[in-house]
Amino acid sequence: MPKDHGIGASQKRREDVRFLTGAGNYTDDINLHGQAYVYFLRSDMAHGKINKVDTEEASQMPGVVRIFTGADFEGIGGLPCGWQVTDKNGDPMKEPAHPVLAQGKVRHVGDPVAAVVADSLEEARTAAEAIELDIEELPAVVDMKAALADGATKVHDDLSDNLCYDWQFGTDTEATDKAFAEAAHVTTLELVNNRLVANPMEPRVAVGDYSRANDESTLYTTSQNPHVIRLLMGAFVLGIPEHKLRVVAPDVGGGFGTKIFHYAEEAFCTFAARQINRPVKWTSSRSEAFMSDAHGRDHVTKIELALDADNNFTAVRTDTYANMGAYLSTFSSSVPTWLHGTLMAGNYKTPAVQVNVKAVFTNTVPVDAYRGAGRPEATFQLERVIDKAARELGVDPIALRRQNFITQFPYETPVAVAYDTGDYEATMAKMEELMDIPGFPERRKASEAKGKLRGLGVNCFIEACGIAPSNLVGQLGARAGLYDAATVRVNATGSISVMVGAHSHGQGHETAFPQVVAEMLGIDESMVDIVHGDTSKIPFGMGTYGSRSIAVCGSAMVRATEKIINKAKKIAAHLLEAAETDIELKDGQFSVAGTDKSVAWGDVTLAAYVPHNYPLEDIEPGLEETAFYDPSNFTYPAGAYACEVELDPETGEVTIEKFVSADDFGNVINPMIVEGQVHGGIAQGIGQALLENCAYDENGQLLSASYMDYAMPRADDLPHMANYTVDHSCQTPCTHNPLGVKGCGEAGAIGSPPTVVNAVIDALQSGGHKVEHIDMPVSPSRVWAAMNG
Amino acid sequence: MYSFDMVRPTSVADAVSALGQDEAQALGGGQTLIPTLKQRLAMPSVLVSLSGIDELKGVCREDNGDLSIGGGTTHATVAAEAAAHYPGLASLAGGIGDPAVRNRGTIGGSLANNDPSACYPAAALGSGATIVTNTREIAADDYFQGMFTTALEEGEIITSVRFPVPEAAGYAKFEQPASRFALTAVYVAKYADGVRVAVTGASENGVFRWTEAEQALSSNFSPDAVAGLSVPADGMISDLHGTAAYRAHLVGVMTKRAVAAAS
Ligand SMILES: Cc1cc2nc3c(=O)[nH]c(=O)nc-3n(C[C@H](O)[C@H](O)[C@H](O)COP(=O)(O)OP(=O)(O)OC[C@H]3O[C@@H](n4cnc5c(N)ncnc54)[C@H](O)[C@@H]3O)c2cc1C
Repeated sequence: MPKDHGIGASQKRREDVRFLTGAGNYTDDINLHGQAYVYFLRSDMAHGKINKVDTEEASQMPGVVRIFTGADFEGIGGLPCGWQVTDKNGDPMKEPAHPVLAQGKVRHVGDPVAAVVADSLEEARTAAEAIELDIEELPAVVDMKAALADGATKVHDDLSDNLCYDWQFGTDTEATDKAFAEAAHVTTLELVNNRLVANPMEPRVAVGDYSRANDESTLYTTSQNPHVIRLLMGAFVLGIPEHKLRVVAPDVGGGFGTKIFHYAEEAFCTFAARQINRPVKWTSSRSEAFMSDAHGRDHVTKIELALDADNNFTAVRTDTYANMGAYLSTFSSSVPTWLHGTLMAGNYKTPAVQVNVKAVFTNTVPVDAYRGAGRPEATFQLERVIDKAARELGVDPIALRRQNFITQFPYETPVAVAYDTGDYEATMAKMEELMDIPGFPERRKASEAKGKLRGLGVNCFIEACGIAPSNLVGQLGARAGLYDAATVRVNATGSISVMVGAHSHGQGHETAFPQVVAEMLGIDESMVDIVHGDTSKIPFGMGTYGSRSIAVCGSAMVRATEKIINKAKKIAAHLLEAAETDIELKDGQFSVAGTDKSVAWGDVTLAAYVPHNYPLEDIEPGLEETAFYDPSNFTYPAGAYACEVELDPETGEVTIEKFVSADDFGNVINPMIVEGQVHGGIAQGIGQALLENCAYDENGQLLSASYMDYAMPRADDLPHMANYTVDHSCQTPCTHNPLGVKGCGEAGAIGSPPTVVNAVIDALQSGGHKVEHIDMPVSPSRVWAAMNG
Repeated sequence: MYSFDMVRPTSVADAVSALGQDEAQALGGGQTLIPTLKQRLAMPSVLVSLSGIDELKGVCREDNGDLSIGGGTTHATVAAEAAAHYPGLASLAGGIGDPAVRNRGTIGGSLANNDPSACYPAAALGSGATIVTNTREIAADDYFQGMFTTALEEGEIITSVRFPVPEAAGYAKFEQPASRFALTAVYVAKYADGVRVAVTGASENGVFRWTEAEQALSSNFSPDAVAGLSVPADGMISDLHGTAAYRAHLVGVMTKRAVAAAS
């Protein structure tokens, strides 16, 4: 019998009642008395020198309250980057200024030049059309290699060139070169990890408010981490201390990474509200989102894999160009380095792994973390090159992976991380079983009978989640600790509010987190609620990203609940006139071991708040505890994925016919939610593999600037449910957090792109097409071109 | 959007006179025009909604057997009501956009807009239809004049479209992955006096007839008949979603498939 409550129960998501009935409270639902609206006039040029922004006529237009330009932000901080990467020469990365509104130059299409605040959005927009811009167009740098060429136009004139950093990591060059020199076989692959636009269903919104009465600012924003925004904006941009700045992220309609970062529009609305003493609201249009939300991925990589005569992997070396865009977004510098390089060992015991990354400034929208962040890029290149190696060597790609699996844990990789636990053989075997690998030749025959090619692609992956151990990331350049916090507030009648630093924007925290507390206390989940997303209500928190919420914030919640239990036992011991050590808690009852004497949870909580009969000399009244939890290591979810595609050789169209994921997430709190997370992640991974393409032309114009050209995955792009299995039954619990959980939010997006591309290449090869690689998205036209190239 | 006035006449005559005003523009289903207005790419002073005009709506069989479709008829209505008379056309209409688009968008709006990737232009040209307006009748062969360009005069309203009903017709649409408009699509219709083949989505000049395929299919209406034929890549659209060569190739594939699907 599956459990129906507590840890392991597939409880329906309680938040869905409001989401599905239109009763959510999103930032755009917040309308404050007297609010004004801001319209950002954005650059339509990729690169230009601002000679003049003439707002005089526009300022006289109806409804205009005030027009701001870059000059209004002189002396005010720019948007900070949260991670310092050190170049291989020991120099710090280059960190150009990132003003709230453009100063001196515009550096990408969408760069905000002016902000018109008016009584209505339409008036603001009309006035913006009357602003006279004198911007001298400069040549744009778009291609990363061209950006690094001698004499290339500089995105930032005050920097020596467009190279942000040149980073090297892992095994030293001598040992790596030696491994390659001694290799029996070397496989090389050059590939692109395509630039993506996250496209959460809800675009970004910010509402700034200011109270002159107590000099307090409030920002309502679509954020995955309101405390991080308070810290970055308060301390580095606007100089507002925490006690005068409240950041609220109410219901948020999806983030996928792009709502982690501190954006100019947030700082602007907070700043402008103080200036004009009125609330200021901004709601991104979808078109604005395409040119102002941080993009994802955009790596160009060469990877080499060395093998010995027995097909053991002996070395991996990568050379990656990572696009930073025009400015450094909050976590941008860490994505191609610490979130990517540290995963380059994959699931394999390769003794030498060297990662080289050049981060490059270009005249494009800043690039930052997007679901998976660095780990999909690592997995994609490694799993593609392994597939190619298997074909070159004429060996089974599953067998080649299996032979090289890490089997002993803990395992120290050559790239700084130590995997605490895992069982890659188990997930591989589970995948093979669910996929019915032996039945593939029959299925291929059936496809061929219809004139189609059929391919099978497999893939293994590992990710580092639950970010992150603060002391480790501090050594790696993080400018913040990545712990989390929770306060468990038990009310007099025994109901509980848990204030958590993690923010839920689709992950189902409001359902899953109470399952943990309810399990620990033996009470019903309906007695427990989660409070999140408001810096004035919750103690602290680093937010939700990197599949960290349950592993890090959930652990803080467990620690706080343990403190509650300890205190409650003391109270129960007093009420029961027994020794504290004899008190047991089971099913919401405190009993004296070996007797039938007990008191209920509610009696104890009431005694804490109505302390008439209470050990006042030993403990304080009340029942509320806070815990901060800093993990001692990352968690390492891993899995084996497989997919079968059908390819129409006449059109190049690829359809996914069968998909299996076998994941090891350690313990699972709510299986239904976990499966939903994996389904969503796989949909995004399939989107990246087959459909999504954020493309610029050579002048830095965004070619895929709307849904007319940017292809999002839709339901019919995914395999039918009968041929789609998401499994998480292989479980090696995390060894270092109290719940034994690893995190599941990004796995699907990490594991699926190489699976799909491997399957497409297999299909083409089966039809006699000697195609080794097609860059994502593997669109019909690209497949056809590869077949006919 | 910029502000504008809106009128909702109930007769074609009233609509025509309303369209006589300065900067007036007809509003059909709004599926193209409203997004354009929202982006401030158009600035009409008056929108003349055609949705209240009953005489512009409906599907009916004329005495000579032609199928006449009111210019204000939605794609969903055509999909449902033309099915018994002209299944090839009905299935094309049923594959436009999504249900919301089909419930609002109209045949008149689609033909007036003449998007180079739209579906209806292929059906109209492929059927040798007649575009009927408040002032005249225009043969499809004369109506389409390149991307987003038609024979319509300012203020002219498409009141109906008259389709000769073929013995068999089929539409094969290869969807552009993002918009799901036609990346390349082909409409074939077999009449007693020959086969017509119209291609949309592919050419920089908008919808066009592929005469070579028409000849081949007129003597042998089977997918094999076009096997050896191809159109040149010159003048084909090249964009993010496909090169000119790819589109030229798809013209052949989709023609074959349209013939195979013809009913
Ligand atoms: C998401 C989406 C997907 C779509 N997919 C497809 C697709 O797959 N295939 C396809 O073919 N189309 C597609 N379309 C376009 C759709 O078919 C539109 O309905 C059509 O292009 C315009 O018709 P409308 O009635 O909405 O016209 P409107 O948007 O109201 O008007 C368009 C133009 O036509 C003029 N006009 C309108 N009616 C008349 C008339 N009776 N006489 C003269 N002028 C008139 C207007 O003044 C305007 O200039 C899609 C649209 C959307 C939004």
